[in-house]
Amino acid sequence: MSILHTVNKSPFDRNSLESCVRLAAKGGAVLMIEDGVYGAMKGTSKSDMVSNAMKDLTFYVLGPDLKARGVDEGKLIDGVKVVDYSGFVNLTVENDKVQNWL
Amino acid sequence: MSETKKLMYVNRKAPYGTIYAWESLEVVLIGAAFEQDVSVAFVDDGVYQLCKDQDTTGLGIKNFSATYKALGDYDVNKLYIEKESLEARGLTLDDLMPLVYEDEDDDWAEKDSIKVVSSQEMAELFEQSDVLFNF
Repeated sequence: MSILHTVNKSPFDRNSLESCVRLAAKGGAVLMIEDGVYGAMKGTSKSDMVSNAMKDLTFYVLGPDLKARGVDEGKLIDGVKVVDYSGFVNLTVENDKVQNWL
Repeated sequence: MSETKKLMYVNRKAPYGTIYAWESLEVVLIGAAFEQDVSVAFVDDGVYQLCKDQDTTGLGIKNFSATYKALGDYDVNKLYIEKESLEARGLTLDDLMPLVYEDEDDDWAEKDSIKVVSSQEMAELFEQSDVLFNF
């Protein structure tokens, strides 16, 4: 059993990413989309939280949302995987269910 | 189709400031009407939804807190509150509405609907659900 968690809010505006990390069970996947992509950047006050959670969770970020916001892939936390729309679809298929952290 | 699914409704917003809490209640009751296995979780500001003594007369909008007390009559009796969220807000069970249901398998004994669980237990409850609705 595994859950794909989507986060679409900036971690500096809402606590969605923080709550997702706190309440996601081991083995889950977290996909950052829309304003959620800011949570994938390194060197921020939230980066350590994401890095530390990588022992239990796999982190993904949606490429088109990064590009739209001018976020270079070189600025991502090591270990965060960039996916495109078909990668997003694959994640929904590979996991048993989706939990959207609004 | 008579398949029963385990539905988990996750509430993370305070009442009245946004429409999320009220919308969630509506959808919870729809799920219950279709005789699904319904659980409701309260995390983050969602725990404020269950505070007692809510009074919206000064706002001119409906006080929907009484609806939570009716959930037991719709067989919605699994309400889970995250301990960490409750404590972070300086709240205890005494600050919340006492919500109960009558257990038909136990001579209609009145039982508490609310269970306080840890973050880890909450994560397990999410895993055990078939469908998750976040509000």
